[in-house]
Amino acid sequence: MLRYFIKRLMSLILSLAVASLVIFLVIEVAPGDPASFMLGINAQPDTVAALRTELGLDVPKTQRYLTWVSNMLSGDFGTSYTYRTSVATMIADRMWVSLPLAIYALALSTLIAFPAGIYAAARRGKAGDMAVMGVTQLGIAVPNFWFAMMMVLVFSINLRWFSAGGFAGWDKGLLVGLHSLTLPAISLALPQAAILARVMRSSLLDILGEDFMRTARAKGLSRRQALWRHGVRNAMIPVLTIIGLQFSFLLAGSIIIEQVFYLPGLGRLVFQAISSRDLIVVESVVMLLVFAVIVVNFIVDLTYAAVDPRLRSRT
Amino acid sequence: MNRNLIIGTVLSLLVIFAALLSFIWTPYAHTEMDIPNKLQSPNWQHWFGTDHFGRDIFSMIMVGARTSIAVALVAVSIGIGLGVPLGLTAAARKGSWLDEFIMRGNDLVFAFPAIVIAILITAVFGAGAINAIVAIGIFNIPVFARVTRGAALSLWERDFILSARVAGKSSARISFEHILPNVMNLLIVQGTIQFSLGILAEAGLSYVGLGAQPPTPSWGRMLADAQTMVSFAPHLALIPGVAIILTVLGLNLLGDGLRDYLDPRLRIARS
Repeated sequence: MLRYFIKRLMSLILSLAVASLVIFLVIEVAPGDPASFMLGINAQPDTVAALRTELGLDVPKTQRYLTWVSNMLSGDFGTSYTYRTSVATMIADRMWVSLPLAIYALALSTLIAFPAGIYAAARRGKAGDMAVMGVTQLGIAVPNFWFAMMMVLVFSINLRWFSAGGFAGWDKGLLVGLHSLTLPAISLALPQAAILARVMRSSLLDILGEDFMRTARAKGLSRRQALWRHGVRNAMIPVLTIIGLQFSFLLAGSIIIEQVFYLPGLGRLVFQAISSRDLIVVESVVMLLVFAVIVVNFIVDLTYAAVDPRLRSRT
Repeated sequence: MNRNLIIGTVLSLLVIFAALLSFIWTPYAHTEMDIPNKLQSPNWQHWFGTDHFGRDIFSMIMVGARTSIAVALVAVSIGIGLGVPLGLTAAARKGSWLDEFIMRGNDLVFAFPAIVIAILITAVFGAGAINAIVAIGIFNIPVFARVTRGAALSLWERDFILSARVAGKSSARISFEHILPNVMNLLIVQGTIQFSLGILAEAGLSYVGLGAQPPTPSWGRMLADAQTMVSFAPHLALIPGVAIILTVLGLNLLGDGLRDYLDPRLRIARS
């Protein structure tokens, strides 16, 4: 296991290094000089030059890349070109919305998908199974941002149960904060729940055909007891992998959902940064999202290898 | 023919037909504004109603289908065009540094969700439909590379490939003459699924302003425009949403149906 861990860790570091290089190079291609942009068209050349030095834009690209990476490792993401404040602080403030939203959506998706998947597998080929499969087929086809708009129409405008947008803030209490994130989390969770329910169903159906399930039944367990004691537990391995992978998709997906609900999360930060050409913010947010995907994949791989020893020897 | 295949084919053909028909006919010009008749609910003159500029929504949906299909089609083509040769090469050189390099490169591209690629491209080059195509296309490359490699690996162990090798054919020739035709079914099914994901992704990117820009009609943009008017003109959001759902549903059912139809094991079971 240790050898596998070291190999995966090396691969993780390499992936992060290459990803950071790609992001840095793409942003470098962007036309225009940030210092000139910040100071406006009437700025004196010497003022622009002074700002370029202050921002570290006058050093060679290689050195800038290395400085950027080493600063990031120490938690320093640089200074926003537009707001002149620390990018790390801006991201940290927004993460208090985006991260809980992704976690909330993941929890909802799991809570919906598990019973649905298990129910469908237990009633394979019957009306209940067909209904779940039909609903999940539809769930996969629904764009989450459209579903979000429809929920605003029903639950915010017509029923007035939830606010149509904005975030009340965690300082008003956990329940108030969660209430603000409920509609966004449901809309984000829906397609993921549909996918997860289908994975749960097919994983469980594979397990139900295994010899140990027949043995469990022969031992005298009822179909339901065998399903819960042996089936669900064994079917969880691929399902947990998908849940892990879904987290990074939910974090990226929250970028779009935040636009529907005007939530002050990473999505709004990055779109504001694009429109004001605050490229250092774009660069940092993108790096953070890619970092999240790579690290989550790494954790999923390790968890999977921990429960299935065959994988360790295969890779 | 299975039910999924029939429903999927009908829905997909309907959308393609609407998109093609829009080149020669739409009930109204999709850019034609008619302010006195703005925000009309569906009626006999305007089947899907009108938007805040009085434009005919049915015509906009027809032209919007073009954008969705074009973006998704080119994005899938990019995925197939680059991903399939990479997957074939990786399988032909299984275990070599080239295989390792291609697959690790794939993992890296997978770490960039389409929305993140679109953000990066837009930050540098500005928003536009081309960005959506490139972003979704790049995201498709590792998908096709993995599917092709996975299917090709098992084929390389088969006797008919061994015969081709004994006959002196090069790896590249075997890949294109023998492996590719045998993974084609799988690629068609995967292509259909990626096509439907492409439609969803295009709508999402256009909705947040990273995709097609006005005056190019797009279902995602129509939804973005409808957002502030959803309380008094819900049809503005309802209709483009249903268009996206039916298209994606149709393509997913088509993919499922094709998989069942093209799978030789299932075909034997049927006969």
